[in-house]
Amino acid sequence: MFKHFLEFFPTTKQKNNTFILEIDYKKIDAFMCNLYGFEILLDISAVDYESDGLKIVYIFRHTNLINTLVLSSFLPHKRVNSIESKFKMASWLEREVFDQYGIIFLGHSNLKRVLNHHQFVGHPLLKSYNITDGQICTKSDSLEDEINKEVKKTSFSKDELMFLNLGPSHPASHGTIRTLVALDGEDIVAAVSEIGYLHRGFEKSCENHTYSAIIPYTDRLNYCSSMMNNIAYVKTIEEMLDIKITPRAMKIRVMLMELSRIMDHLVCLAALLVDMGALTNYWYLYNPREAIYDFLSKLTGSRLTVSFMRVGGMSNDLHETWLEDLQEALKQVQEGTETTLSLIKDNKIFSDRTIDIGVVSKDDALNMGLSGVNLRACGVAHDIRKDSPYYGYDELDFDIVVGEHGDVYDRVMARFMEIDESIKIINQVKENLPDGDVNIINHKVVLPPKQNVYNTIEGVMNHFKLTFDGIQVPKGEYYSSIEAVNGELGFYVVSDGSGTPYKLKVKAPSFTNMSAYPKMIIGHQIADAVLTLGSLNIIAGEMDR
Amino acid sequence: MGLDSPTFGNEVITTKLDEAVNWARESSLWPMVFGTACCAIEFMSVASSKYDISRFGAEVVRFSPRQSDLMIVAGTITYKQAPILKQIYDQMSEPKWVISMGACASSGGFYDNYTTMQGIDEIIPVDVYVAGCPPRPEALLDALLSIQQELRSKAYDPNRHKNFKGLLDV
Ligand code: SF4
Repeated sequence: MFKHFLEFFPTTKQKNNTFILEIDYKKIDAFMCNLYGFEILLDISAVDYESDGLKIVYIFRHTNLINTLVLSSFLPHKRVNSIESKFKMASWLEREVFDQYGIIFLGHSNLKRVLNHHQFVGHPLLKSYNITDGQICTKSDSLEDEINKEVKKTSFSKDELMFLNLGPSHPASHGTIRTLVALDGEDIVAAVSEIGYLHRGFEKSCENHTYSAIIPYTDRLNYCSSMMNNIAYVKTIEEMLDIKITPRAMKIRVMLMELSRIMDHLVCLAALLVDMGALTNYWYLYNPREAIYDFLSKLTGSRLTVSFMRVGGMSNDLHETWLEDLQEALKQVQEGTETTLSLIKDNKIFSDRTIDIGVVSKDDALNMGLSGVNLRACGVAHDIRKDSPYYGYDELDFDIVVGEHGDVYDRVMARFMEIDESIKIINQVKENLPDGDVNIINHKVVLPPKQNVYNTIEGVMNHFKLTFDGIQVPKGEYYSSIEAVNGELGFYVVSDGSGTPYKLKVKAPSFTNMSAYPKMIIGHQIADAVLTLGSLNIIAGEMDR
Repeated sequence: MGLDSPTFGNEVITTKLDEAVNWARESSLWPMVFGTACCAIEFMSVASSKYDISRFGAEVVRFSPRQSDLMIVAGTITYKQAPILKQIYDQMSEPKWVISMGACASSGGFYDNYTTMQGIDEIIPVDVYVAGCPPRPEALLDALLSIQQELRSKAYDPNRHKNFKGLLDV
C-alpha cells in the first residue's frame, strides 16, 4: 500500500504503524496538495532546536485509519502557508503554534493567541523562554475584532444584534470556556469561543521533568478519567523503548481504561442533564462514581488523580478485594444508567431539547476536528480499539457505537451505550486475567524492589540513578495514541537520549472538539448552545493543557 | 441563645443581636463555586449524596456572585483567569468569605510555571486554605466547618481585609 509513498520519500522511517518523515520546507505546499492518502489531520506542533532553528510538525492519519504520518520540516524563515482552507480544524492548531512558538502562518484568517492571554509577550515554548516567567493579565480580551468579523459574514448589522458572553465563569462552561455570541432575539447568529483559561503549561513542565515525574501531570489532563491519560503516556514511552509489558499488566490496563471510560461518561451525562434541568439524574449517575472511587482508592491510594501507571507496568498489583469492589461498582453503574434511561428515553422534554440540536454531518465531522464518541455519533465508524488494536482489544467481543444524525441526542445515547460496551469488556477481561507480574524485570526502566534498595549498594544506586536521571529514552521522535474517552489521545515525543523529553506534545481530543463548537451552535438558541457544549464533554485540563 | 431563660414565657427568646445574626449566617452559607479544574470534580462529590454538603446548610450552590456569600475557588487559577476571578469576587456583596480549595488555588500547586498564578491570595484575600491535590471531600467540609466556627465565635468584621492589596488592585 505504501510502496509508492516510500519510493517517493525514501528517507521515511517507520516504527509500528507510524511513519516519520522530514522534508524540505520548499516541498511542504506540494505535499499538502497531494497528501498521499494521509488525508486526516490530527495535530500540528513545532519543536525548537535553538541554533538549528524551528521545525514544524504535522501529524496525519491515513484514510485506512491505521497508519500515522509525522511530517516535519525546518522553517528557516519561521513562516509557512496556512492549511486552514483545506482542514477546518487547522485554524486553532495553527494559532496554538503561533502562540507558543511564534511561527507565522501565511494566509491564516485570524492568527492570534489561543492559549496564552492577549497581553502576553513572547512565545513560552521557545527554549529561550524561562519556565517561571509569568506575565500578569490585567484585563480580559474583548473579542470584539473576532465577533465583528463573524457578524460581517451574516446578513445582520452590528446594531441589530445583542452581544452576550457565555462564560468563562458559567456553570455550564466548566468555569473555563468563554463563548461570545451575537444574538437576534434568542437566536445565535454568530459566535466565537475563547479558551486557554486553564492553560497550565503542561508541555513546558514536561520539558523540565523526568519521564516518570511527568506521570502525575498526565493525570490532570482529562481529570475525569486520569488513568486513561496515564496509560496513553506510558504506552508511548514504552513503545519508544521497545518494551513489551507483561500479559497481566496489559489486561489490567484494559480493565482500568474501560472503567475510566465509564466514570468519565457518567460525569458528562450527569452534568449535561443538570444543565437541562433534570437534576434528579445527577444523583443516579454520580453516586455510582463514588463506588468506582472506592475501588480506585483501595487500588491506588487516591480517588481522582491516581498516578498509577509506570513505564514498564504499574505501581502495584490489584488489591485483595478488587473483584468484589469492581463488581459492586459495575452493579451500581448499571442501576444508575438504567434508572436514568427510564426517566429520559421516552421523555418528550428530553427529546425536544436534544434531537436535531448541534448537528454535525458525517462529511464535516473529521474535517472539523471531532474525535472519539463525538465523531462516531456523526456516523463515522473510527475507533482505534478496532482499527489498529492494542493490548488485545481485537480478541475481545464488543461493538463500537455509531450514531446517525450527529446531534446532541446521538452523542448522549452513544455515551450510554458505550458504558454498556465497556462493562462487557471488563466482564470478559476480569474472568480471564492472566497470572504473573505486573511489572517487567528491567531495572533501567522499573525501580528495583525495595528489599534490594534497603539492603544492597547496587540497589540504592539503581534507585537513585533512575529517580534522578530518569529513564533513558533512545534518541528520536515518535507518535502513539489510544482511544481515550473523548477521542484520540496521542503523545508526540522527541527524545534527545536523556531522561527528560526534549519536546512533548499532547494530541488532545478536547481541543479539536472544542474548535468545532462555535460553528455548531449557529442558528440555535442559547439554551441549545449549553446542551451542545455539554454533549461534547469538553474537559478543560485536556483542552488547554 | 437564651433558650433556658423563662422570664418571658415561651414566645420570646433573649439573645444578643450578633449571636442571632451569626447563627443565621453560619447555617446558610451559599457557596459560589469558582471551579476551574480537577478540584471542581471533587466539589461535585461534596455536593452529591455521599458527602452531602447540605448537612451543613451550604447546599444552595449559586453561580451568580450576587446571590452568594462563600466563594470556593476549586482549581488552578491562571494569569488569564485572574481578572475574571477578581471581578467575580468584587461582585459578591459583604459579608463574604473565601475558601481556597487545593494546592493550585493555594500556591500554584505543582504548576510552577509561566502561566499559573502562585496562589490566589496574590489577588484576593483568603479565609481558609485546604491542602490536597485534590483535597478529599471531608477536607472541604472541614474548611466549611471552620468558617462556621469562626462566625459563631465572633462578630463579623467587614474591615478584616481592609489592608489587603493584590496584584490586580490599582
Ligand atoms: S490542586 Fe491538584 S486536583 Fe486541584 S486543581 Fe490543582 S492539580 Fe487539580
